[in-house]
Parts: sequence; C-alpha cells; structure tokens
Amino acid sequence: MKYVDEYRDGRLAGHIAEKIRLEARPEQQYAFMEFCGGHTHAIFRYGIPDLLPDNVKMIHGPGCPVCVLPVPRIDAAIELAVVHKVILCSYGDMMRVPGSDRRSLLKAKADGADIRMVYSCADALGIAQDNPEREVVFFAIGFETTTPPTALVIRQARQQGVKNFSVFCNHVLTPSAISTILESPEVRDMGIVPLKGFIGPAHVSTVIGSQPYEYFAEEYQKPVVIAGFEPLDVLQAILMLIRQVNEGRAEVENEFVRAVTKDGNMKAKSLVADIFELRPEFEWRGLGLVPYSGLRIKKEYGFYDAENRFSLIASTGRDHKACECPSILRGVKTPKDCKLFGKGCTPENPVGSCMVSSEGACAAYYSYGRHQQALNNQKG
Amino acid sequence: MCLAIPVRVEALTDNDNALVDIGGVKKEISVALVEDVQVGDFVIMHVGYALNKVDPEEAEKTLALFAELGAAE
Ligand code: SF4
Repeated sequence: MKYVDEYRDGRLAGHIAEKIRLEARPEQQYAFMEFCGGHTHAIFRYGIPDLLPDNVKMIHGPGCPVCVLPVPRIDAAIELAVVHKVILCSYGDMMRVPGSDRRSLLKAKADGADIRMVYSCADALGIAQDNPEREVVFFAIGFETTTPPTALVIRQARQQGVKNFSVFCNHVLTPSAISTILESPEVRDMGIVPLKGFIGPAHVSTVIGSQPYEYFAEEYQKPVVIAGFEPLDVLQAILMLIRQVNEGRAEVENEFVRAVTKDGNMKAKSLVADIFELRPEFEWRGLGLVPYSGLRIKKEYGFYDAENRFSLIASTGRDHKACECPSILRGVKTPKDCKLFGKGCTPENPVGSCMVSSEGACAAYYSYGRHQQALNNQKG
Repeated sequence: MCLAIPVRVEALTDNDNALVDIGGVKKEISVALVEDVQVGDFVIMHVGYALNKVDPEEAEKTLALFAELGAAE
C-alpha cells in the first residue's frame, strides 16, 4: 500500500536504529512518552524496544480513548441502553470495556439490550432514520480525530430534521492530557517518571496541527516530535528527540510532514468549534478530574445531547481494585507490574480497559510479548 | 480505534462522499471534513471519514531523509 509499505522497510529501520545507538550518549538516560495508543501499538507490533539501546526507554501514555474513559461513563452508556431502552450505537472497541461489576456493553447486549456496533457515526444516524419510532444514541468517544465526524453528524441530524437521534458525548482533548502528565507530581517533583520528551500523535495532529504543542516545548522545556504511525516514522522521531536532548533544545519538530501542518485541518476545527464547547472538567481514568479536557454539545444543539434528553443517574463505579490501569496510563507503572496481567486479565476476558483495545498498553504487551516469545523460541 | 490509513480517492460521489481504494478494496467514505479533495489525492481515513490529505512532496522528502541516513553508513 502506498504511503505505508515504504515506511516499513526493515533495512532502513536497521540504519535508523544504528544511528540511534551511535548518537545516544551512554551516560544519558532517555525516556520518551509516546502519548498516543496508535504509537504504543506500532512500537510493540514492530518490536521497536528490541532495536533501542538500554538507556533509551519508551513510556506509554494515555492516548487510547477506550482506556481513559472512566467507569461511570461506561455505566451511563449501559444505563441508556438498559433503563432508557434506546438503541445504543458504539464503536467496536468500546464493547468489551468493563464498567461497574465487570459489566460491559457486550454483556448488556447479551442480556437483551439493543446495542449495536457501528464503524462510523454516520451509520448511527442511518439507524435512527431507519427506526423513527425508537430513540437512537451514538456513544461518542475519542480524541480530536473522532470529534469532527461526530460534529458533522450532529449538524446533519439537524439539517435533515432527525428527531430521534442524540449523542452521548465523551470527546476529550490531547493537549490537556499532556499538561496533566507534565503537572503530575510523579513527573515534576518525584522524578519517578523521568520524562525527557514526547512523541506527538499522528492523526490527532493532522486535525489540530503542530502549533498546540509549542506550549509544552516552551513552558516545560520538553521536546515534542510529531510522528507518523509506521515503524520508520517512530524510529526517526526517537532519533530526532535524542538529538534535541543532546543539543539541549526543546522544540516542536514534525516528522509527519506528509500529513501534518502547523495549523492542521481548519475546516474540521471550525466545525468542531461550531458544535462543541469545553466542559469545565472531565474525569479520565488514571488522570482523575482534568480541567477543560473534555467537550460537550453547545446549548444551541442541546436537543441532540443525550445527557439533556435522558436523566442519567451519576454512577459511583470504580475500577477493579487490583487493576493498575490508572498508574499505567500515567506512565508510572507497566503492565508487568499488575498481578492480574495474563492471569485473571487477558484480551478475551479483560478486567481493565488497557487490556481491551489493541492500543491499550496491556493488550499490546500481551499480544506482541507472546508473539515475540514464540519467534524467539523458533529461532532458538 | 485510532488506527487510520492513507487511501487513494478514486471518484467523488454524492453528499461529499468519495469512493476510495484501500489496498485493492473499494469503499465509500466521507470527504466532507477536508477542503478541496480531488480524484487521485491520498487522504488519511479514520472511522469512515477523511481527516486530511497526504502531501506527496513531503512524503518523498521524508523517504529521501531515511535513505540518506542509510547511505551515510
Ligand atoms: S493487566 Fe488487566 S487488570 Fe492489570 S492493569 Fe492491565 S487491564 Fe488492569
């Protein structure tokens, strides 16, 4: 596939890795956070940790939309389907995420709730048009990549006069999550997370551009390199970060120039600004309540807001006690620190959200760790 | 779910949609979020929507940079 295969060339990967080994100073520790779950996935899938010297470490960030949605919001979605008897439309990845008492959308569906997996939010609007006698709610999750499509579908619902359609909005913002990590005591004071820089998200940045990261580079003196999702992109970004650290620079650099500009996609951004506004705060799994980190539907479009249309009982559900997802999402722990990893908790039967989506750190460790081992055994 | 891929626009269809080629498979997606999409453009596709165009010149430059790294050995 064009723009994919060229960026997976194993020989070139070897060359970039060689450069990394040459340029990483042995006396220096390099710990970089890949914010985005798409990068976490790529890093494991292509065995990038094996190509890096011991003093270059990747810390996995909270940029997996499925992983950061807290239990009360999942409970609320289940309540919409079970108590309010709506047709609930959800992206597939959400289906197995455990809410309170390990209940999930999938289990609620098995118990008879009308929950449907959709590939796109346009499909949800279509379901509403096909079922005029039923209330249809789209369970909207995700960062800046899924927000413009949701905005578009809300506008279309109004234009087309669809009355039985609403959106349960859980859209969140990347820059606020990065700020929270940089402000966290683990990073600022305690030095538990010795963060030297960030790999900036690929597709989020196609929408928001590279400009929003300038603040982190300046204010916190942390380099940011925006990278594509292919293995050569990630390796090249790591090399660029190492160079910034070595030269004492903290700048925003863009490795993914083929799709990311400084200002991003203006058309998508202005549509989002038309439909959504900031919530004063929003809860994230692992990060807690983060100010101005989530979006809600503006009053003008309030008719399409499921939180207006249905009275939802605030759930006090919490994560499973032994689940380390909250610490993993802050970069403080790794999946191997969790007692349940691979034992009580597997992708088939997840206890926590990080084991559900292929972008979650636990799922990535589990799938590709095993894969790697099997390969090693074959070689051995 | 954040995985998104570059796809080639084969034809523009009604309602701001486009027919795209995904490694040989044809699919209709929305291009309503991107300004001025033309047949032959590559766009980054995510949950059925194009998010942005791929700039062919910049893509070449990045590849050239990788190759240079290789040649410098
Ligand atoms: S292995 Fe399972 S229980 Fe443990 S942190 Fe990961 S998701 Fe939570």
